[in-house]
Amino acid sequence: MRPKLVRLGGIAAAGMAISLGLAACGGGSGGGKGGEGATELTIGVMGDLTGPDRALVIPPANGAELAVEEYNKKNPKVKVKLKRYDTQGKAEQAVNQVNQAIKKDKIAALIGPAFSSESRAVNPILQTNKIPSVTPSATATDLGKSGWKYWHRVVANDDAQGPQLAEFVLRTAQPKKAFMLSDQGEYGVGLAKSVGDTMKAKGVQIAEDKVDAQASDVSSTVAKIKSFQPDFIFAGGYYSFTGKMLKQIRDAGITALYASGDGSVDPALVDAAGKEQADNVVLSCACKIPFKSTATELKTFADAYKAKWNTDPLIYGTEGYDAANAILKAIEAGATTSEQINEKLKATDFAGVSKQIKFQENGEIATSLIYVYKVTKGEISLLGEADKAALQ
Amino acid sequence: MFQEFLNQFGTNTVGGLTAGAIYALVALGYTMVYGVLRLINFAHSEIFMIGTFAALFVVLQFGITAPTGLAMVGVLVMLILVAMAASGGAAVLLELAAYRPLRKRGASRLAALISAIGASFFLQELFKLVIIQPVFDKPGGNQIGSPRFLGRETLFSIGDTKVQLYHVIIVVSAIIMMIVLDQTVTRTKIGRGIRATAQDPETAVLMGVNIDVIVRMTFLLGGAMAGVAAVLYLGAYENTKFDIGFLLGVKAFTAAVLGGIGNLRGALLGGFALGLLENWGAAFFGSTWRDVIAFTVLVIILMFRPTGILGESLQRARA
Repeated sequence: MRPKLVRLGGIAAAGMAISLGLAACGGGSGGGKGGEGATELTIGVMGDLTGPDRALVIPPANGAELAVEEYNKKNPKVKVKLKRYDTQGKAEQAVNQVNQAIKKDKIAALIGPAFSSESRAVNPILQTNKIPSVTPSATATDLGKSGWKYWHRVVANDDAQGPQLAEFVLRTAQPKKAFMLSDQGEYGVGLAKSVGDTMKAKGVQIAEDKVDAQASDVSSTVAKIKSFQPDFIFAGGYYSFTGKMLKQIRDAGITALYASGDGSVDPALVDAAGKEQADNVVLSCACKIPFKSTATELKTFADAYKAKWNTDPLIYGTEGYDAANAILKAIEAGATTSEQINEKLKATDFAGVSKQIKFQENGEIATSLIYVYKVTKGEISLLGEADKAALQ
Repeated sequence: MFQEFLNQFGTNTVGGLTAGAIYALVALGYTMVYGVLRLINFAHSEIFMIGTFAALFVVLQFGITAPTGLAMVGVLVMLILVAMAASGGAAVLLELAAYRPLRKRGASRLAALISAIGASFFLQELFKLVIIQPVFDKPGGNQIGSPRFLGRETLFSIGDTKVQLYHVIIVVSAIIMMIVLDQTVTRTKIGRGIRATAQDPETAVLMGVNIDVIVRMTFLLGGAMAGVAAVLYLGAYENTKFDIGFLLGVKAFTAAVLGGIGNLRGALLGGFALGLLENWGAAFFGSTWRDVIAFTVLVIILMFRPTGILGESLQRARA
């Protein structure tokens, strides 16, 4: 019964959309994509909203919705409606959703897609339809080299993280012997290699080991670290792995500075490692998460976010907010079509919550900032930009 | 490489014995069911998983954090009893739901094997989708940490190898449980029934053994051992997840085969041997090679002793 109804609903909706579209072409003001004189535009936010990695996507989507709500409260000439598109993290689902967003909802611009694989599938379609996009969280380096004219992102790409974290640790902790630990996945191994290579070039003695992320007994790796006696340990991987390793390393009495990347910037790291063990830890991320920062712009954002969503803004929350604001500022400045929004995005230059929002010619953010965090007795706090922050 | 191996030898041996003790306890369940029914109970890894969650539930309910001395022993005994009941009970239910109906209709062993795989998936998804979220208030797919309940005090050191309290507790508990089970199977009436059924089910029935009761007892005992393993696991690694049993189940099954499937003492030997091999291999060639080394040795041993180190003998030898 149900599939049939859904299909009927779909046909009805498509029919309505077509007629609305015709009306819009005839000079009305119904459709989202609008044209000159439109009074409401629809923008989309796309990503894994219900799938396994939704924890990475819900904060930016919520941040974007907060930005839209604040914008509409200012009673602008052109109101904006935000629509959520769920990809469940799958590229093929993202393609379906973007087609629907363009044909049925006539979006004027898109925030997202959240992941790099989705971005590779969706952006060619956006280019053909000349719809600008700003992604808060897709960090694969190749996206910036695709020659897409309507694509932008508000975070640094993957090339920035490893070297900047390594430089930060070299500058603040001056390690002599560093141990590179990773799970056996592409992400963890790649990041550990990038950190290790940067340190090796500066004359740090390096040892490494790769561990099956599923394995419960890692005592042989812990023994290896112990006998190497490093003063710095980097762990590449996601928080369940890096947290588990951290716990066993600390339990074995190794107190060396421990660091990990954006896959571990999550309070769940502390759950996996334990409060006592989650100490003397540094985390890096292209994202800027307020945690309990007292900096004015972060606190204002975090309070507003908490008031609306009843939870603290986590990973990519500020980036979602900034991505939405980049588009909203273009609309506020008088852009009413996708093409005009894209033109205005090129000239965007404002102080966002996460950083100065200004794009390069190819859509990359102008300054590739990496932020560092410190974990002390189970509390994560923001230290600042990797090239300036101090390790207290 | 060799120098490194020697440096880490002590620590790796202690870690290997600890992991091996847990493998051995889980292996008992595989071995007993195989001995009696000639069936590989693939859902046994989930029986273990249920034990970890039962123990975790109690730890969190009572707000247990880092007990010491007698309190720790008390906590450990209580957790073991709860987990034995939960895992043993789950194993009996599993037998009732997934195997007995097939056995009654004389289905082939292959059908039971598929049923085992199905039950394994069912239990994993049940925990992931239905049970974990409301009970533990964490997303069902997450790893869930446990507060500490086994002490980490260093008892003594050999060279720079520290032997901590929890290492000793785990190895000693495993050996005690092993002896208890061994004595149960050799000396009690139920044990005699189990051995008789393993040797020749039809004759056993003719001699007045109630097969249904014996099979149920086999699952109960095997499940209870998995429950003990679950508590020790939670104490050692302090986290669990809905699919925690999978890799451990594969390892435990391997340990059972290595020692001689169907052989209780073989399971213990196989568990320790696999734990040590893994750690020594990892120290020598790097952790990436850990499983390769362990399984290569397994193949070599099976080439020379196809029935495992001690042979298949739930029925024959004294065990």
